[in-house]
Amino acid sequence: MEAVFLTFILVLSIFLGFELISKVPATLHTPLMSGSNAISGITLAGAFLTAGESSNLDFSTILGTTAVALATINVVGGYLVTDRMLAMFKSKRG
Amino acid sequence: MNIQIIANLAYVVAAILFIYGLKMLGSPATARNGNLLSAVGMLIAVISGLLAKGIITYEWIIVGVVIGTIIGAVSARMVAMTAMPEMVALFNGSGGGGSLLVGWSTLYHGPLTTFNAVAVLLAILIGGVTLTGSYIAYAKLSETMGSAAIVFKGQRIFNSILLAALIGSGVMLCLDPDPQSIWLYALLGLSLLLGVMAVIPIGGADMPVVISLLNSYSGLAACAAGFAISNNILIVAGALVGASGIILTNIMCKAMNRSLANVLFSGFGAVKQGKTIEGEVKPINVEDAYYILEAAQNVCFVPGYGMAVAQAQHVVKELGKILEANGAEVSYAIHPVAGRMPGHMNVLLAEADVPYEQLLEMDEINPRIENVDVAIVIGANDVVNPSAREDPDSPIYGMPIINVDKARTVFVLKRSMASGFSGVDNPLFFNENTRMLFGDAKESISGIIAEFS
Repeated sequence: MEAVFLTFILVLSIFLGFELISKVPATLHTPLMSGSNAISGITLAGAFLTAGESSNLDFSTILGTTAVALATINVVGGYLVTDRMLAMFKSKRG
Repeated sequence: MNIQIIANLAYVVAAILFIYGLKMLGSPATARNGNLLSAVGMLIAVISGLLAKGIITYEWIIVGVVIGTIIGAVSARMVAMTAMPEMVALFNGSGGGGSLLVGWSTLYHGPLTTFNAVAVLLAILIGGVTLTGSYIAYAKLSETMGSAAIVFKGQRIFNSILLAALIGSGVMLCLDPDPQSIWLYALLGLSLLLGVMAVIPIGGADMPVVISLLNSYSGLAACAAGFAISNNILIVAGALVGASGIILTNIMCKAMNRSLANVLFSGFGAVKQGKTIEGEVKPINVEDAYYILEAAQNVCFVPGYGMAVAQAQHVVKELGKILEANGAEVSYAIHPVAGRMPGHMNVLLAEADVPYEQLLEMDEINPRIENVDVAIVIGANDVVNPSAREDPDSPIYGMPIINVDKARTVFVLKRSMASGFSGVDNPLFFNENTRMLFGDAKESISGIIAEFS
């Protein structure tokens, strides 16, 4: 039953994603890409589970810690670089 | 109410913020706040992730977060705007790698259902392809490795065997999801290899497609990791990213009039030549270019990857300002696949302080291109090649282009007469109304600016 429930969420999210993105103007394609890229760093929330399950540095913890580091690079770098780009987009009036 | 329910409710809030954030990214006026909103959503999701049951110690989490924050923040701050495509590729690869490792380490957490095992398999596969694919894309974009398509004899057979081996080891791993299984290591190795093999046959000018596709994969990998550990927010956020990447990929493919399969599986170098063009090009010097521009009422810049290479965006904008002060209407026409990633030219011109109202899309400029007195093509080639419209034998026939040949006068700024990335001759250069301004784009434009003052 859980599998069905999760798949249900997946399908709805994909449709929502299509609806949201299809209207973005070409000017913003790069920030959109790097901004959504930062969201994919959400895998960080999953990485916590394995990095935090034991204080012994066994193989699984090493995997988890590396996952946390990689996902954090994605999140922090992605959001900062997107913000840096968007700060440059200025209107004539602004 | 226990802490798990609070954490899950927080995920709902995070999802709402992601959705609103992405929605606000749809307009230049609200985009920056949209990104901020999405970042707040991420913060909420991450904090609730820390509350999950099963986390008993935070020391290694802190180590990972500190390392990641330093690397991410420093590189985001240091990177030059012209190097943005490779930076995005690197961040993308990190996300994919993270999902791969989450999938992998899930195997250590007790017995898995077949459903979870399949999700682990997908997380490792998609994450692995994203990781190495993005690093190859990085190497190509930063020119640490040649940007041309790498094709070798038997490539298809090799890839078919690779795919079959991947499916085989995937099935074996799902039948017995054990972290010590030899099939796990086979799957890891083969996935990483697949990422390499998938990106090496793709040439420089097709990079916008690959970058958007890898962006989509990084989302799907997070999604698969979400299924592996049964976490809603990973599934929702991953699916949003996956969908957005696929839409961008589709836009890029349409802008080249090629199917995704064609971009992915055929190196562009191997196609047959279109008609060779005979005729004479008419070179022009900086001084004559100045006289023509001085009299022009309507000037349109058409930038391409060459503008990024020459770092010419600032002088371009300076010339634009001078022309405006001189009474001309100035616009910048940007082809969807100009540059090495979607929207590459827009970012560079925004960096040079060009207001976004002046950045026109191909469909906006083409109907009024006849009114343009001077179209200045800077380091673009295939996206302004009239063969795409007129010559059915041309490999790029059918690709929508910016019709600069219909402008009253066209200046083409170019280093030499070499053909564009696709290796196709460009009849635009031989047109009656085309003038070639040879040399480095930045120097040529600086020269014209000097004439004005």
